[in-house]
Amino acid sequence: MVRIAHIHMSGCTGCLISLTDTYEKLLDILGAVELVYALTLADEKTEITETDDKILIERKIPENIDIALVEGSVCLDDHHAMDDILTTRKNSKIVVALGACAASGGVTRFARGGQMSQPSHASFAPIGDVIKVDLALPGCPPSPESIVNLITAALEGDMEYLEPFAEIAKIGKDACGCDVIKDVINKSLCMGCGTCAAACQVRAIEMVEGKPNINSEFCIKCGLCGAQCPRVRFPELLQKIE
Amino acid sequence: MDPFGNYKTVISARATDKEILKKAQDGGIVSAAYIHGLESKLLDGVIVANTEDGFNAAPKIATTPEEVLNAAGTKYTVSPNISVLKDAVREYALEKVGIVGTPCQVQAIRKLMKYPMGFRHTDSKIALVMGIFCMENFSYEGMKAIVEEYAGIRMNDVLKTDIGKGKFWVYSKYGDVQSVKLKDTHMYEQKSCHICTDYTAELADISTGSVGSPDGWSTVFVRTAKGEAYLNNMVEAGVLEVKNMDDVKPGLDILEKLALQKKEKNQKEIEYRKELGLPVPY
Repeated sequence: MVRIAHIHMSGCTGCLISLTDTYEKLLDILGAVELVYALTLADEKTEITETDDKILIERKIPENIDIALVEGSVCLDDHHAMDDILTTRKNSKIVVALGACAASGGVTRFARGGQMSQPSHASFAPIGDVIKVDLALPGCPPSPESIVNLITAALEGDMEYLEPFAEIAKIGKDACGCDVIKDVINKSLCMGCGTCAAACQVRAIEMVEGKPNINSEFCIKCGLCGAQCPRVRFPELLQKIE
Repeated sequence: MDPFGNYKTVISARATDKEILKKAQDGGIVSAAYIHGLESKLLDGVIVANTEDGFNAAPKIATTPEEVLNAAGTKYTVSPNISVLKDAVREYALEKVGIVGTPCQVQAIRKLMKYPMGFRHTDSKIALVMGIFCMENFSYEGMKAIVEEYAGIRMNDVLKTDIGKGKFWVYSKYGDVQSVKLKDTHMYEQKSCHICTDYTAELADISTGSVGSPDGWSTVFVRTAKGEAYLNNMVEAGVLEVKNMDDVKPGLDILEKLALQKKEKNQKEIEYRKELGLPVPY
């Protein structure tokens, strides 16, 4: 059995909802895996420590995780979060940055401290800033289908399919709508298909005269527009349509 | 080099409906397929490149045959059809969407179907992917320059444009017909088209274009099982008139020549870009 864990960092649980939104396909996956850690989906595994003056009940990230799906960014000002992410790396064979916050910081890039409910928390970084990430799946949240595809490919060891995700893990930490400007428009690669605009989940991209116009006020730096663009990456396996 | 990519069959065909033929560019295959789909409930909505003011093109979600007919004909300018795909599924609640695109757009569709990261519950709603033959495309301003500066017709007065016999043809609403030598139009091509090595929309379910077939007819490649079932359904319903590709003039040879020409020329451009250290899709 492949041991899968869903680790929750500073995220909104949207990625977990997307994971559960796979419905019957999730059941297929669950049949093939052991879900060793996932808030709301699996029983909490706690460790109870008794000292003289208090009883400490802690959730512990299990050992020997095969695939860790990490949702949310790391709050660098919170030692619990730092412990969790470092433990996750230590205990897991494959770490997947699930969704925009984990992969590229996403909307948590805009946090700057001094606010309710934790005024001391200012800095939120994609997990790749702290640990090595093997695969990154952008999206706010990523679609249920893409989560299923990624987990299935990981279970089957389909490295060809996973290659683009491994690449985003390496280069996608600074994702932003301007990737499309820098990597596609500025490189005379954009032919005006509109995939970036359709992929954008906050409608920050509008097609003007057949080309994308990025509204940076809306952009939450999820990295989908660049990841979905066929002119940035067109894996060879796409040539096989049947 | 393989000129056409994988396909099951190739035929020459045209729509049987005279209304479609009157409005369509050539054999009216895309319009006929869309209208047949909507009428027979094989599709509940389609994405078309609609004609806007000033003969501009813009994507539109069409749910009636009238809307499809209104959008018939080629515009030779960019219509980002995929940009409305998610709207078709979300806002129009469509379950069986037909989408048409140039070869590069069809590639984008295949990518989003295989890697649907930002396309929640969308890829499964794509019922038919149609592709149109394409050598290169113009931006709207590029086409405007050709039509207004070279052909001397105002964009607002354009009825139809066409590329054939080495020329770019412009038909005005008032019966005027002007042509521009293709070599004068090259400088207005999108540079991004020059790294595309797909002429016949090799990844579509069904791809079509005029080249290879007689005037008023289209060459049609059927590439997937889905496309095959769809085309057979159209033929059985009598919406298409079909001929064997071997029996028509000028035939596949000219198509092969053009497809290879695009592949060879643009492969050179790809190599050149690589030498300069510029990225190419990989």
